Formats: sequence, C-alpha cells, structure tokens
Amino acid sequence: MADAEARHVIEIGYGGNERLVMNMGPQHPSAHGVFRAILTLEGETVVAVDAVIGYLHRCHEKLAETLTYVQYPSIASKTDYVSAMTAELAYVAAVEKVGQIGVPKRAQYLRVLVAELQRIASHCLWLGTWCLDMGGALGGGATIFLYAIRERELILDLFEALTGARLLYGFHQVGGVRYDLPAGWPERCRQTVDLVDRRLDEYEAMLDDNAFFRVRTQGVGVISRELALDVGVCGPLIRGSGVAYDVRRTEPYSSYGDFDFKVPVETAGDCYARYRVRMVEFRESIKIVRQVLDGLPAGPISSRPGVKSVGQVRIPKGEGYTRVEGARGELGCYVVADGSAKPYRLKWRGASFSNLSILPHIIPGHKVADVVAIMGSVDPVFGEVDR
Amino acid sequence: MSPLLHHALVGFIVLNVVIGMVTYVTLLERKFAARMQSRIGPYYVGPHGLLQPIADALKLMMKEDVVPAAADRWVYNLAPLAFLVPCVLIFATIPFAPGLGVADLNIGVLFFLAVSSLEIVGLFMGGWGSNNKYALLSAMRAVNQIISYDLPFIFAALVPVVLAGSLRMSTIVEAQRGAFGWFVGAYGVLGPLAFVAFLVATLAAENRVPFDILEAESELVAGFRVEYSGMKFALIQLAEYAHMIATSFLGALLFLGGWLGPGPAALGPVWFLLKAMLIFLVVTWVRWSFVRIRVDQILAISWKLLLPATLVLLMVTAFVVAARGAGGS
Repeated sequence: MADAEARHVIEIGYGGNERLVMNMGPQHPSAHGVFRAILTLEGETVVAVDAVIGYLHRCHEKLAETLTYVQYPSIASKTDYVSAMTAELAYVAAVEKVGQIGVPKRAQYLRVLVAELQRIASHCLWLGTWCLDMGGALGGGATIFLYAIRERELILDLFEALTGARLLYGFHQVGGVRYDLPAGWPERCRQTVDLVDRRLDEYEAMLDDNAFFRVRTQGVGVISRELALDVGVCGPLIRGSGVAYDVRRTEPYSSYGDFDFKVPVETAGDCYARYRVRMVEFRESIKIVRQVLDGLPAGPISSRPGVKSVGQVRIPKGEGYTRVEGARGELGCYVVADGSAKPYRLKWRGASFSNLSILPHIIPGHKVADVVAIMGSVDPVFGEVDR
Repeated sequence: MSPLLHHALVGFIVLNVVIGMVTYVTLLERKFAARMQSRIGPYYVGPHGLLQPIADALKLMMKEDVVPAAADRWVYNLAPLAFLVPCVLIFATIPFAPGLGVADLNIGVLFFLAVSSLEIVGLFMGGWGSNNKYALLSAMRAVNQIISYDLPFIFAALVPVVLAGSLRMSTIVEAQRGAFGWFVGAYGVLGPLAFVAFLVATLAAENRVPFDILEAESELVAGFRVEYSGMKFALIQLAEYAHMIATSFLGALLFLGGWLGPGPAALGPVWFLLKAMLIFLVVTWVRWSFVRIRVDQILAISWKLLLPATLVLLMVTAFVVAARGAGGS
C-alpha cells in the first residue's frame, strides 16, 4: 500500500501551525447519509482527515443468517438502497452458485434489464447530489439535482409498474425473477430511455464545458493508477484512473456476454474523469437496455416453482462467492450454506466501503470545498458501507 | 413642513417600501427559480402564492430565538443589526425619480460604496459571536472575499462617474439622457465591459452563487448564520436581500439610465424599477445555473483578472473623457 497509516497528515508549512479540528458529519448537508469526517484544517486547507463510519450499521450479515433464501433477497436490497436491484442480484447469484441452480435465459435477460435501469437511476441520483454538493441547495446545484431526479423518477415509475415498489424491490429470487414484464411495459421502457438519452445531452451541454464546473472538478481529488490499484477501489473510480476493469466484462454473469457495450476509461483520475466515466456509463446502460428489449427470449422466468413456503429453498452444504458490477463498482457476496433453508454465514463486499477508503489518501492538501466535491465523486451509499 | 420632518417622513416611507420590496423580491426569485427548475414554486398561500412572503415573515417572527450557550452574547445579538443598518442605509442616496429620494447627496456614489462595505463588520461579528467553527470559517471567507471584491466593484462603478463627471446620482442619470446615451453602451465596448465587470463584482459583493462561499451550505452548513434563528435570522435575510436590491438599483442608475425611458416623466419610477429588477433577475439566473467556486479561485479571479481589468477600464475611460474634453465635444 502507498500509505500504511489510516491517518495521513501532510505538512504544508503554514507557519502559524494553528490547526482547527472540524467535524463534517454525521449530520451534515453533504454527508450523503451518515458519514463523519474529522477534518484537521490549517486555514482553509485540509491537512488530515479521519473517516468515521458505522452510524448506519444494521447487522445485515447476521440478519442474513436468520432469514431463509426466499426471504432475504428483499432484505438484501436494503444494503445499497440506491441500487437495490444489483444488491439482490449479487445475493441470489451467490446462492445459485452454491446450490448449482440454473437460471432460464429470459430471467437472465430480465436481470440485466433491471440492473442497467438501476444503474441509470443510481447515476441520476449521483449526478444530482454531487452537483448539489458543489453548487449548493440554493444555487445551480439544485437545478441539476431537480433535473436528474426528474429522470430518476421515470425509471422508478418503470420499476413500480414491474414490481409494485419504487425503492426496494424484491424482484429477484433464487432461480430466476419474481415478476414478468407487464403488458405494454417494453414500449414504455423504450420511450423512457429515449427520453433519458435526450436529457443526458442537456446535462452535458450544461456541465461539460461549464467553466465553473470544470475548475471545481478538474485536477481535484486525483487518484493515480497505482494508488487506485493499491487501495483497491472499483467501479467508476478505477475506470476514471485508467484501469479498464468492469466485472461485466472481465467475468460476465447473467448473459452479459450477449450484449455489446463499451467500458469507458479515463486516465486523468480526477473528479472530472469520474464524471465523464459515469456519463458514458449512462449511455452504455441505455444501449444495453435497448439490446435486452430487442433480444428478449421467450420462456419461463424462473427455474423453480412458485414459492409456497419460505423454507422451500434448501441449499446443499457448500460455499461460494459471486460478484456483480453495481452502480458503484464491484459488489460481492460470499455465502456459506449448511444444507438448511438459511445460509450459515454471509459476507458482503460493498463497493462503497472499499471506495471510501481512498478518501484519506486524496483529501489532504485540498480545500474544504473540495472535500465535498471529492466525496460526491466517490459516490458512497452508507447503507452499503456500514451494512 | 420643516426640512427635518420632511426628510424623516421620506426616510420612513422609503424604509417601508424597501422592506416590502425585499419580502416580495424573495417571492419573485422563488418563482423564477422554480420555472428554471421545472417546478411551480410557492402556490398555496394566497392566489399564486402571493401571500407566501408574509407567511414566511410571520413564521420567522413566531419562532423561538435560540442563543447558543457558548456564544458571545453581545456580539451575537448585535450582529444582525450591524449587518442590516448599512444595507438599508444605502437606500438613502438612491433617487427613484428626480427629487424622489431621501437625500440626493453630491457624493452619492461614494456614500453608497463606503456604507455598503460596512456590512462586513456585521458579518464578521455574526461569525465570531456564534462561537461555531463553521460560522468562523465562513466569516473569515467573507472578509477575504469582500475586501477582494470591493476594489473591482468600486472601479467598475467609477467608470460612469468619470463619464458623467459627477458623484451625484441624479446628475449621472441626467448625463445619460439621449437616444443612445445610457452608459452601458458608452464608447463601443467600454460601457458593456464596465457593466459586465460591475455585474460580476456585484455577484461577489452580494455573496451570490457562484461566489457564495460564505454561505456554502454544502460545506459550512449555512456559514456565519448557522446559529441564528427566528427574527435575527429574518433580519440577516432582510439585510442580504436589501443589499442585493440596492446594488441592482445602483446598477440601473449608473449604467441603464435610471428613470429615463419612453413615455411621460411620471413613468420614470416604473422604468427604474423594471431596470433594477432586470439586473436582479440576471443575478438570480446566474445563481440558479452555476456551481460555486472555491475560495482560492475566487480570490484569483478578483486579484488577477477583475482588478487589473477594471483598473485599465477606468484609466481608458479617463483618457477618452479627457481627450473629448480637450477636443471641446
């Protein structure tokens, strides 16, 4: 590791040597949940940051041991509540791997469809809140926020029509998915992604060459390729630092190999590079959604019969790990089964958690205002960090 | 009527008009921002939300007035007043039409610039007296920023003064009479450049996005006023908007020809108001479109770009006016 210490203090030769310790969080407008950063300041410059997590710990892994394989997918969605579909997918994929349960092609396609729609929705929220961090709730940031939330609502409407829920879905189940597409849904989905595609042009027109936006993001929070690999960040962060790593491409799951999409890579490693990566990911997700709708095969949506009792699914003794590419990066789930209807042990590997560990390496040396810009570009969801 | 009584009466009327305007300008801004963000904005209190500002003011008056235990009570309690007084005082020199104003001083522009700079005292008192780290950091930023932007603001405002050859507001307006006489269009690019510089410096002097680093609610929560509540918060809000409107009026006087416009002279105040609101809406438009920039970038813009630019503008203006005077125009 580049820096073995969690606390990384830089010396800036301020002379006066008067340091101010300031708490940012756990209740703070840009804490993105309940994150606490203890900043040590010299003037406006941050010289050290202590990241404190754990305010949202809900014993998810222990909870998983007490819930059956039928019950837990709808709880798994509460780990990363902004991207619930991929969290569910990671869990059921791990269980299917241990139990060697096949998934019908149509169910695999539907899983890809919802995962990519979820990525669009999640990135919408990221764009909005990030601009809110930099532009203020009473400023240009709020404008972008409301635009992005407007598009996110459209995707959530699609999910509502599909599953009946807007945030935490319970769409996946072991062996397939729970709901098939309702009548008229594919057309509605196409119209929605077309609309989002057009609106993305508007965002880019508003942000890409915006001088104020660029000075706030370019050269800020630079993660070098080496540092990114050492710390083990994933998702848009590592792709923004010049590493073409995407689980969908390196280890395709759920028929991702059938689809044609790009893995965007930027080399600058700063906030702007991460912004560009995510903006391209928006477009690639839309592309995948269209391909799924075009090539959706007919057939059953689950390899297992409908659920009659919650203890119905029993997984033979064994263990397995799967990973999926969530909106924030590599989301892993490790399941140890003992032959009963409940897992013996479950471990989550949250993308936000490993991404957050980059903060003490890149924040020192920046101004206070950059702290929120960098944190927003990391896009942590604290349900996933603390679990 | 004795002159003293007359002035007191006019002052009282202007003060109340200003407070009424401030409350309604907030509604204007909220409606305008709502349209930009594809929302509707305040709607339910009164027809089209017209009573919303009054409801807001009543709510703030009825709120509990919390004073932090660790606050420096004297400084903390005086700060809103120290902030409000200069912001309202500057309206004294603004003539709304010929002869319609509290005092048309022969040093009107100077008075305006000098007194409006005093608001920084109230700001810093608030930040210091709250005994809060966010507030203190914000107050330090405020001092930095206002010192940096007062100079370009003053230089930009001096361009019309040089053009008109007077510091008296009414003389400056009358000097702009004529078909294309407004100073915003004076001498080709000279006037527009000065006007743009004035607007940028205005944004910074009013602490508006993209220069609202001392409010910066996403970093410093709400900056120097984070500990204020109830009526004290309302006074700070009032002072900010009063300052904003006053600066819009100043811009309309200096660059957009004040009350000059087509139609009878009685329409003068209407034209004046429209021009000031135009400036206000431009400021609002900028506010709701951009992200805020960092403190070091703000200082760099001021000292490296705006200050030299306005200084050159002022000197060029002086040369042009002197050359014209020599030529006997």
